[in-house]
Amino acid sequence: TACTTQTQTQIDRDPKQPGAMAGEKGLVLLDFWVSPFGQRVRIALAEKGLPYEYAEEDLMAGKSDRLLRANPVHKKIPVLLHDGRPVNESLIILQYLEDAFPDAPALLPSDPYARAQARFWADYVDKKVYDCGSRLWKLKGEPQAQARAEMLDILKTLDGALGDKPFFGGDKFGFVDAAFAPFTAWFHSYERYGEFSLPEVAPKIAAWAKRCGERESVAKSLYSPDKVYDFIGLLKKKYGIE
Amino acid sequence: MAGEDELKLLGTWASPWVSRVKLALHLKGLSYEYVEQDLDNKSDLLLTSNPVHKKVPVLIHNGKPICESVVILEYIDEAYGTTGPSLLPTDPYERAIARFWVDYIDQKLVIPWKVAFTADGEEEKTEGIKQMLAVVQTLEGALKECSKGKPFFGGDSVGYVDIALGGLLAFLQGTEELCGTKPFDIANTPLLLAWVERFTALDAAKVALPDVTKLVEFAKTKRAQMALSIKK
Repeated sequence: TACTTQTQTQIDRDPKQPGAMAGEKGLVLLDFWVSPFGQRVRIALAEKGLPYEYAEEDLMAGKSDRLLRANPVHKKIPVLLHDGRPVNESLIILQYLEDAFPDAPALLPSDPYARAQARFWADYVDKKVYDCGSRLWKLKGEPQAQARAEMLDILKTLDGALGDKPFFGGDKFGFVDAAFAPFTAWFHSYERYGEFSLPEVAPKIAAWAKRCGERESVAKSLYSPDKVYDFIGLLKKKYGIE
Repeated sequence: MAGEDELKLLGTWASPWVSRVKLALHLKGLSYEYVEQDLDNKSDLLLTSNPVHKKVPVLIHNGKPICESVVILEYIDEAYGTTGPSLLPTDPYERAIARFWVDYIDQKLVIPWKVAFTADGEEEKTEGIKQMLAVVQTLEGALKECSKGKPFFGGDSVGYVDIALGGLLAFLQGTEELCGTKPFDIANTPLLLAWVERFTALDAAKVALPDVTKLVEFAKTKRAQMALSIKK
Protein backbone atom coordinates (compact mmCIF):
# COMPACT_ATOMS: atom_id res chain seq x y z
CA THR A 1 0.00 0.00 0.00
CA ALA A 2 1.05 3.61 -0.42
CA CYS A 3 1.40 3.96 3.32
CA THR A 4 3.77 1.00 3.65
CA THR A 5 5.97 2.71 1.09
CA GLN A 6 5.91 5.86 3.17
CA THR A 7 6.80 3.87 6.24
CA GLN A 8 9.71 2.29 4.44
CA THR A 9 10.91 5.70 3.33
CA GLN A 10 10.76 6.85 6.94
CA ILE A 11 12.69 3.78 8.07
CA ASP A 12 15.30 4.28 5.39
CA ARG A 13 15.96 7.88 6.31
CA ASP A 14 15.88 7.55 10.08
CA PRO A 15 19.02 6.02 11.58
CA LYS A 16 17.24 5.76 14.92
CA GLN A 17 14.97 2.96 13.74
CA PRO A 18 14.28 -0.03 16.02
CA GLY A 19 17.45 -1.91 16.86
CA ALA A 20 19.93 0.95 16.57
CA MET A 21 19.82 3.38 19.50
CA ALA A 22 16.28 2.37 20.24
CA GLY A 23 15.06 2.52 23.79
CA GLU A 24 18.23 3.77 25.54
CA LYS A 25 16.01 6.01 27.62
CA GLY A 26 13.18 3.49 27.48
CA LEU A 27 11.21 5.63 25.05
CA VAL A 28 8.93 4.21 22.36
CA LEU A 29 6.76 6.45 20.18
CA LEU A 30 3.60 5.03 18.60
CA ASP A 31 2.95 7.32 15.66
CA PHE A 32 1.63 7.71 12.11
CA TRP A 33 4.02 9.05 9.49
CA VAL A 34 2.11 12.16 8.38
CA SER A 35 0.43 13.07 11.68
CA PRO A 36 1.30 16.63 12.70
CA PHE A 37 0.57 15.66 16.31
CA GLY A 38 3.06 12.81 16.18
CA GLN A 39 5.57 15.07 14.46
CA ARG A 40 5.43 17.48 17.38
CA VAL A 41 6.74 14.70 19.59
CA ARG A 42 9.42 13.67 17.06
CA ILE A 43 10.58 17.30 16.88
CA ALA A 44 10.66 17.65 20.67
CA LEU A 45 12.60 14.40 21.12
CA ALA A 46 15.12 15.54 18.50
CA GLU A 47 15.46 19.02 20.01
CA LYS A 48 16.13 17.36 23.36
CA GLY A 49 18.56 14.81 21.94
CA LEU A 50 16.56 11.93 23.39
CA PRO A 51 16.90 8.56 21.65
CA TYR A 52 13.72 6.58 21.09
CA GLU A 53 12.21 3.74 19.16
CA TYR A 54 9.79 4.86 16.45
CA ALA A 55 6.88 2.49 15.95
CA GLU A 56 4.59 3.17 12.98
CA GLU A 57 0.89 2.47 13.41
CA ASP A 58 -0.74 1.87 10.05
CA LEU A 59 -3.91 3.80 10.82
CA MET A 60 -5.27 3.37 7.29
CA ALA A 61 -5.44 -0.36 8.05
CA GLY A 62 -7.12 0.08 11.44
CA LYS A 63 -6.04 0.26 15.07
CA SER A 64 -3.62 -2.30 16.44
CA ASP A 65 -3.99 -4.10 19.78
CA ARG A 66 -0.83 -2.35 20.87
CA LEU A 67 -2.41 1.08 20.26
CA LEU A 68 -5.71 0.15 21.89
CA ARG A 69 -3.85 -1.09 24.98
CA ALA A 70 -1.67 2.03 25.14
CA ASN A 71 -4.52 4.52 24.64
CA PRO A 72 -7.82 2.85 25.49
CA VAL A 73 -9.59 6.17 26.12
CA HIS A 74 -8.90 7.99 22.83
CA LYS A 75 -7.44 5.18 20.68
CA LYS A 76 -5.17 7.71 18.97
CA ILE A 77 -1.54 8.36 18.22
CA PRO A 78 0.84 9.74 19.27
CA VAL A 79 1.46 7.69 22.38
CA LEU A 80 4.80 7.90 24.14
CA LEU A 81 5.70 4.82 26.14
CA HIS A 82 8.31 5.47 28.82
CA ASP A 83 9.52 2.24 30.40
CA GLY A 84 6.23 0.76 29.23
CA ARG A 85 3.97 3.46 30.75
CA PRO A 86 1.88 5.38 28.20
CA VAL A 87 1.59 9.16 27.95
CA ASN A 88 -1.13 10.41 25.57
CA GLU A 89 -2.04 13.67 23.81
CA SER A 90 0.82 15.43 21.99
CA LEU A 91 1.04 18.61 24.10
CA ILE A 92 0.83 16.55 27.30
CA ILE A 93 3.67 14.40 25.96
CA LEU A 94 5.74 17.52 25.26
CA GLN A 95 5.20 18.75 28.81
CA TYR A 96 6.01 15.29 30.16
CA LEU A 97 9.35 15.39 28.35
CA GLU A 98 10.06 18.76 30.01
CA ASP A 99 9.29 17.31 33.46
CA ALA A 100 10.86 13.87 33.05
CA PHE A 101 14.12 14.99 31.41
CA PRO A 102 14.98 18.26 33.18
CA ASP A 103 18.63 18.09 32.06
CA ALA A 104 17.72 18.03 28.37
CA PRO A 105 17.27 21.35 26.49
CA ALA A 106 13.94 22.89 27.54
CA LEU A 107 11.22 23.95 25.13
CA LEU A 108 9.30 25.95 27.73
CA PRO A 109 10.82 29.12 29.21
CA SER A 110 11.44 29.21 32.97
CA ASP A 111 9.40 32.33 33.80
CA PRO A 112 5.81 31.42 34.84
CA TYR A 113 4.20 34.21 32.82
CA ALA A 114 6.18 33.32 29.68
CA ARG A 115 5.20 29.67 30.23
CA ALA A 116 1.55 30.67 30.45
CA GLN A 117 1.85 32.58 27.16
CA ALA A 118 3.46 29.54 25.53
CA ARG A 119 0.73 27.22 26.80
CA PHE A 120 -1.94 29.67 25.63
CA TRP A 121 -0.64 29.80 22.06
CA ALA A 122 0.00 26.06 21.86
CA ASP A 123 -3.60 25.57 23.02
CA TYR A 124 -4.74 28.07 20.35
CA VAL A 125 -2.93 26.13 17.62
CA ASP A 126 -4.44 22.91 18.99
CA LYS A 127 -8.01 24.24 19.07
CA LYS A 128 -7.96 25.96 15.71
CA VAL A 129 -5.54 24.87 12.99
CA TYR A 130 -6.21 21.20 12.24
CA ASP A 131 -10.00 21.34 12.53
CA CYS A 132 -10.32 24.45 10.40
CA GLY A 133 -7.88 23.03 7.87
CA SER A 134 -9.89 19.81 7.68
CA ARG A 135 -13.04 21.75 6.96
CA LEU A 136 -11.21 23.48 4.11
CA TRP A 137 -10.63 20.23 2.22
CA LYS A 138 -13.77 18.38 3.36
CA LEU A 139 -16.42 20.99 2.59
CA LYS A 140 -17.71 22.92 -0.41
CA GLY A 141 -19.70 26.09 -1.06
CA GLU A 142 -20.68 28.34 1.82
CA PRO A 143 -19.31 26.12 4.63
CA GLN A 144 -15.95 26.01 2.86
CA ALA A 145 -15.97 29.78 2.39
CA GLN A 146 -16.57 30.09 6.12
CA ALA A 147 -13.65 27.74 6.85
CA ARG A 148 -11.48 29.82 4.51
CA ALA A 149 -12.36 33.04 6.32
CA GLU A 150 -11.59 31.37 9.65
CA MET A 151 -8.26 30.02 8.42
CA LEU A 152 -7.19 33.49 7.25
CA ASP A 153 -8.17 34.88 10.65
CA ILE A 154 -6.23 32.13 12.46
CA LEU A 155 -3.10 32.71 10.36
CA LYS A 156 -3.29 36.48 10.82
CA THR A 157 -3.72 36.06 14.57
CA LEU A 158 -0.67 33.79 14.75
CA ASP A 159 1.22 36.22 12.52
CA GLY A 160 0.51 38.95 15.07
CA ALA A 161 1.47 36.73 17.98
CA LEU A 162 4.81 35.91 16.38
CA GLY A 163 5.53 39.54 15.58
CA ASP A 164 9.15 40.32 14.84
CA LYS A 165 10.55 37.45 16.89
CA PRO A 166 12.44 34.73 14.99
CA PHE A 167 10.46 32.06 16.86
CA PHE A 168 7.35 32.02 19.04
CA GLY A 169 9.77 31.14 21.83
CA GLY A 170 11.74 34.34 21.13
CA ASP A 171 15.33 33.82 20.07
CA LYS A 172 15.06 30.12 20.79
CA PHE A 173 12.88 27.49 19.10
CA GLY A 174 10.35 26.61 21.80
CA PHE A 175 7.11 24.94 22.83
CA VAL A 176 4.79 26.81 20.48
CA ASP A 177 7.23 26.40 17.61
CA ALA A 178 7.29 22.62 18.18
CA ALA A 179 3.48 22.59 18.44
CA PHE A 180 2.93 24.55 15.23
CA ALA A 181 5.90 23.55 13.02
CA PRO A 182 4.32 20.30 11.72
CA PHE A 183 1.53 22.35 10.17
CA THR A 184 4.07 24.09 7.92
CA ALA A 185 3.84 20.98 5.72
CA TRP A 186 0.06 21.51 5.51
CA PHE A 187 0.23 25.21 4.50
CA HIS A 188 0.57 24.32 0.81
CA SER A 189 -2.62 22.23 0.97
CA TYR A 190 -4.48 24.94 2.89
CA GLU A 191 -3.37 27.45 0.25
CA ARG A 192 -4.58 25.26 -2.59
CA TYR A 193 -7.94 24.36 -1.04
CA GLY A 194 -8.45 27.83 0.43
CA GLU A 195 -7.15 29.68 -2.65
CA PHE A 196 -4.91 32.10 -0.83
CA SER A 197 -1.20 32.82 -0.59
CA LEU A 198 0.40 32.48 2.83
CA PRO A 199 3.12 35.12 2.26
CA GLU A 200 0.33 37.58 1.42
CA VAL A 201 -1.94 36.68 4.33
CA ALA A 202 0.67 36.05 7.04
CA PRO A 203 4.18 37.02 5.84
CA LYS A 204 5.83 36.54 9.24
CA ILE A 205 4.43 33.02 9.55
CA ALA A 206 5.66 32.25 6.02
CA ALA A 207 9.18 33.40 6.96
CA TRP A 208 8.97 31.49 10.25
CA ALA A 209 7.99 28.33 8.37
CA LYS A 210 11.17 28.57 6.27
CA ARG A 211 13.23 29.12 9.41
CA CYS A 212 11.71 26.04 11.04
CA GLY A 213 12.35 23.96 7.95
CA GLU A 214 16.06 24.77 8.27
CA ARG A 215 16.23 23.05 11.65
CA GLU A 216 17.29 19.41 11.55
CA SER A 217 14.63 18.36 14.08
CA VAL A 218 11.88 19.72 11.85
CA ALA A 219 13.39 18.71 8.49
CA LYS A 220 13.84 15.11 9.64
CA SER A 221 10.32 14.85 11.11
CA LEU A 222 8.18 16.37 8.37
CA TYR A 223 7.17 15.06 4.95
CA SER A 224 7.05 17.28 1.89
CA PRO A 225 3.99 19.49 1.29
CA ASP A 226 3.31 17.48 -1.88
CA LYS A 227 3.18 14.22 0.09
CA VAL A 228 0.76 15.83 2.55
CA TYR A 229 -1.41 17.04 -0.35
CA ASP A 230 -1.45 13.52 -1.78
CA PHE A 231 -2.33 12.11 1.62
CA ILE A 232 -5.32 14.45 1.85
CA GLY A 233 -6.39 13.10 -1.54
CA LEU A 234 -6.22 9.59 -0.07
CA LEU A 235 -8.32 10.64 2.92
CA LYS A 236 -10.95 12.22 0.70
CA LYS A 237 -11.21 8.96 -1.26
CA LYS A 238 -11.52 7.03 1.98
CA TYR A 239 -14.33 9.26 3.22
CA GLY A 240 -15.99 9.34 -0.17
CA ILE A 241 -15.51 13.09 -0.59
CA GLU A 242 -15.30 14.44 -4.11
CA MET B 1 10.70 42.40 45.02
CA ALA B 2 8.86 44.88 47.21
CA GLY B 3 5.42 46.12 46.34
CA GLU B 4 1.89 44.82 46.14
CA ASP B 5 1.00 41.62 44.44
CA GLU B 6 -2.26 42.32 42.63
CA LEU B 7 -4.62 39.66 41.35
CA LYS B 8 -7.80 40.50 39.46
CA LEU B 9 -10.23 37.92 38.09
CA LEU B 10 -12.61 38.75 35.26
CA GLY B 11 -15.51 36.32 35.32
CA THR B 12 -19.21 35.58 35.23
CA TRP B 13 -20.96 34.11 38.27
CA ALA B 14 -22.33 31.09 36.41
CA SER B 15 -19.23 30.07 34.48
CA PRO B 16 -17.72 26.73 35.56
CA TRP B 17 -14.39 27.80 34.02
CA VAL B 18 -14.35 30.86 36.26
CA SER B 19 -15.29 28.66 39.25
CA ARG B 20 -12.18 26.60 38.55
CA VAL B 21 -9.97 29.65 38.95
CA LYS B 22 -11.81 30.78 42.09
CA LEU B 23 -11.29 27.31 43.57
CA ALA B 24 -7.57 27.40 42.83
CA LEU B 25 -7.10 30.90 44.25
CA HIS B 26 -8.99 29.99 47.39
CA LEU B 27 -7.10 26.71 47.88
CA LYS B 28 -3.82 28.59 47.55
CA GLY B 29 -4.99 31.18 50.08
CA LEU B 30 -4.65 34.01 47.57
CA SER B 31 -6.72 37.17 47.74
CA TYR B 32 -7.96 38.79 44.56
CA GLU B 33 -10.38 41.33 43.20
CA TYR B 34 -13.30 39.76 41.36
CA VAL B 35 -14.90 41.77 38.54
CA GLU B 36 -18.20 40.42 37.19
CA GLN B 37 -18.45 40.77 33.40
CA ASP B 38 -21.44 41.38 31.16
CA LEU B 39 -20.76 39.15 28.14
CA ASP B 40 -23.56 40.80 26.13
CA ASN B 41 -21.76 44.09 26.57
CA LYS B 42 -18.06 43.29 26.82
CA SER B 43 -15.91 45.67 28.82
CA ASP B 44 -12.82 47.34 27.40
CA LEU B 45 -10.81 45.59 30.09
CA LEU B 46 -12.04 42.18 28.93
CA LEU B 47 -11.46 42.95 25.26
CA THR B 48 -7.94 44.25 25.80
CA SER B 49 -7.07 41.44 28.23
CA ASN B 50 -8.37 38.65 26.02
CA PRO B 51 -8.43 39.98 22.45
CA VAL B 52 -8.09 36.50 20.95
CA HIS B 53 -11.05 34.70 22.57
CA LYS B 54 -12.90 37.60 24.30
CA LYS B 55 -13.98 35.15 27.01
CA VAL B 56 -13.83 34.66 30.76
CA PRO B 57 -12.02 33.71 32.91
CA VAL B 58 -9.12 36.11 32.63
CA LEU B 59 -6.67 36.37 35.51
CA ILE B 60 -4.77 39.64 35.59
CA HIS B 61 -1.60 39.45 37.69
CA ASN B 62 0.07 42.82 38.29
CA GLY B 63 -1.54 44.07 35.10
CA LYS B 64 -0.59 41.07 32.95
CA PRO B 65 -3.46 38.90 31.66
CA ILE B 66 -3.56 35.12 31.54
CA CYS B 67 -6.41 33.44 29.61
CA GLU B 68 -7.95 29.94 29.35
CA SER B 69 -8.87 28.22 32.63
CA VAL B 70 -6.38 25.35 32.30
CA VAL B 71 -3.53 27.77 31.46
CA ILE B 72 -4.54 29.93 34.44
CA LEU B 73 -4.55 26.94 36.83
CA GLU B 74 -1.02 25.92 35.81
CA TYR B 75 0.08 29.56 36.06
CA ILE B 76 -1.25 29.90 39.59
CA ASP B 77 0.54 26.69 40.59
CA GLU B 78 3.84 27.91 39.12
CA ALA B 79 3.74 31.60 40.02
CA TYR B 80 2.76 30.71 43.58
CA GLY B 81 4.85 27.58 43.87
CA THR B 82 5.78 28.26 47.50
CA THR B 83 2.35 29.53 48.57
CA GLY B 84 -0.17 27.06 49.88
CA PRO B 85 -0.48 23.48 48.60
CA SER B 86 0.68 22.35 45.15
CA LEU B 87 -2.17 21.86 42.72
CA LEU B 88 -0.31 19.50 40.39
CA PRO B 89 1.59 16.42 41.57
CA THR B 90 5.40 16.60 41.65
CA ASP B 91 6.07 13.28 39.90
CA PRO B 92 6.36 13.77 36.08
CA TYR B 93 4.23 10.75 35.19
CA GLU B 94 1.50 11.67 37.68
CA ARG B 95 1.52 15.20 36.27
CA ALA B 96 0.95 13.77 32.80
CA ILE B 97 -1.95 11.65 34.08
CA ALA B 98 -3.51 14.66 35.83
CA ARG B 99 -3.19 16.76 32.66
CA PHE B 100 -4.67 13.91 30.64
CA TRP B 101 -7.83 13.73 32.77
CA VAL B 102 -8.31 17.49 32.79
CA ASP B 103 -8.00 17.48 29.01
CA TYR B 104 -10.45 14.56 28.85
CA ILE B 105 -13.02 16.45 30.91
CA ASP B 106 -12.73 19.45 28.61
CA GLN B 107 -12.80 17.41 25.41
CA LYS B 108 -15.47 14.87 26.23
CA LEU B 109 -17.85 15.88 29.01
CA VAL B 110 -19.06 19.30 27.99
CA ILE B 111 -20.31 18.65 24.46
CA PRO B 112 -22.70 15.75 25.16
CA TRP B 113 -23.90 17.62 28.27
CA LYS B 114 -24.80 20.59 26.07
CA VAL B 115 -26.54 18.30 23.59
CA ALA B 116 -28.58 16.70 26.38
CA PHE B 117 -29.41 20.17 27.68
CA THR B 118 -30.42 21.88 24.44
CA ALA B 119 -31.60 19.08 22.13
CA ASP B 120 -35.03 19.52 20.62
CA GLY B 121 -35.59 15.96 19.50
CA GLU B 122 -35.90 12.97 21.84
CA GLU B 123 -33.39 10.90 19.85
CA GLU B 124 -30.71 13.59 19.94
CA LYS B 125 -31.26 14.13 23.66
CA THR B 126 -31.06 10.41 24.43
CA GLU B 127 -27.80 10.17 22.49
CA GLY B 128 -26.35 13.16 24.40
CA ILE B 129 -27.31 11.59 27.71
CA LYS B 130 -25.83 8.24 26.68
CA GLN B 131 -22.52 9.82 25.70
CA MET B 132 -22.39 11.95 28.82
CA LEU B 133 -22.98 8.95 31.08
CA ALA B 134 -20.27 6.98 29.26
CA VAL B 135 -17.84 9.81 29.96
CA VAL B 136 -18.89 9.92 33.61
CA GLN B 137 -18.30 6.18 33.83
CA THR B 138 -14.77 6.64 32.50
CA LEU B 139 -14.21 9.38 35.09
CA GLU B 140 -15.30 6.95 37.81
CA GLY B 141 -12.46 4.71 36.68
CA ALA B 142 -10.11 7.68 36.59
CA LEU B 143 -11.01 8.58 40.17
CA LYS B 144 -10.32 5.03 41.29
CA GLU B 145 -6.95 5.07 39.48
CA CYS B 146 -5.85 8.52 40.61
CA SER B 147 -7.08 8.51 44.21
CA LYS B 148 -5.85 5.01 45.09
CA GLY B 149 -8.42 4.83 47.86
CA LYS B 150 -7.80 8.38 49.08
CA PRO B 151 -10.50 11.11 49.14
CA PHE B 152 -9.54 13.10 46.02
CA PHE B 153 -8.14 12.70 42.48
CA GLY B 154 -5.13 14.48 43.99
CA GLY B 155 -4.90 11.94 46.83
CA ASP B 156 -5.14 13.23 50.38
CA SER B 157 -5.64 16.78 49.22
CA VAL B 158 -7.48 18.50 46.41
CA GLY B 159 -5.52 18.60 43.17
CA TYR B 160 -5.65 19.72 39.57
CA VAL B 161 -8.24 17.20 38.37
CA ASP B 162 -10.44 17.82 41.43
CA ILE B 163 -10.42 21.54 40.62
CA ALA B 164 -11.11 20.99 36.92
CA LEU B 165 -14.10 18.75 37.61
CA GLY B 166 -15.10 20.66 40.73
CA GLY B 167 -15.58 23.85 38.73
CA LEU B 168 -18.39 22.07 36.89
CA LEU B 169 -20.08 20.81 40.05
CA ALA B 170 -23.02 23.21 40.18
CA PHE B 171 -23.88 22.25 36.60
CA LEU B 172 -23.43 18.57 37.45
CA GLN B 173 -25.73 18.94 40.44
CA GLY B 174 -28.29 20.67 38.21
CA THR B 175 -28.01 18.03 35.49
CA GLU B 176 -31.07 16.04 36.53
CA GLU B 177 -33.28 19.10 36.19
CA LEU B 178 -31.55 20.52 33.13
CA CYS B 179 -30.84 17.38 31.11
CA GLY B 180 -33.31 14.87 32.47
CA THR B 181 -30.79 12.45 33.97
CA LYS B 182 -28.74 12.10 37.13
CA PRO B 183 -25.05 12.13 36.16
CA PHE B 184 -24.01 10.10 39.21
CA ASP B 185 -25.70 7.22 40.99
CA ILE B 186 -24.76 4.77 43.71
CA ALA B 187 -24.84 1.75 41.41
CA ASN B 188 -22.56 3.04 38.62
CA THR B 189 -20.51 5.85 40.14
CA PRO B 190 -20.24 5.35 43.90
CA LEU B 191 -16.76 6.90 44.10
CA LEU B 192 -17.82 10.04 42.26
CA LEU B 193 -20.94 10.36 44.43
CA ALA B 194 -18.79 10.28 47.56
CA TRP B 195 -16.34 12.71 45.94
CA VAL B 196 -19.17 15.18 45.22
CA GLU B 197 -20.20 15.12 48.91
CA ARG B 198 -16.62 15.68 50.02
CA PHE B 199 -15.91 18.41 47.49
CA THR B 200 -19.04 20.46 48.10
CA ALA B 201 -18.24 20.45 51.84
CA LEU B 202 -14.96 22.29 51.21
CA ASP B 203 -14.76 25.99 52.10
CA ALA B 204 -13.34 26.67 48.66
CA ALA B 205 -16.40 25.10 47.03
CA LYS B 206 -18.78 27.19 49.11
CA VAL B 207 -17.00 30.35 47.97
CA ALA B 208 -16.33 29.43 44.36
CA LEU B 209 -19.43 27.58 43.18
CA PRO B 210 -22.70 29.30 42.31
CA ASP B 211 -25.95 28.37 44.02
CA VAL B 212 -27.42 25.38 42.16
CA THR B 213 -31.02 26.58 42.24
CA LYS B 214 -30.05 30.00 40.91
CA LEU B 215 -27.90 28.38 38.24
CA VAL B 216 -30.66 26.01 37.09
CA GLU B 217 -33.11 28.90 36.79
CA PHE B 218 -30.57 30.97 34.88
CA ALA B 219 -29.73 28.11 32.50
CA LYS B 220 -33.40 27.46 31.76
CA THR B 221 -33.98 31.14 31.01
CA LYS B 222 -30.99 31.22 28.68
CA ARG B 223 -32.18 28.09 26.91
CA ALA B 224 -35.62 29.58 26.36
CA GLN B 225 -34.10 32.82 25.06
CA MET B 226 -31.87 30.92 22.61
CA ALA B 227 -34.79 28.83 21.38
CA LEU B 228 -36.81 31.99 20.77
CA SER B 229 -34.00 33.71 18.88
CA ILE B 230 -33.45 30.66 16.65
CA LYS B 231 -37.16 30.49 15.81
CA LYS B 232 -37.05 34.13 14.77
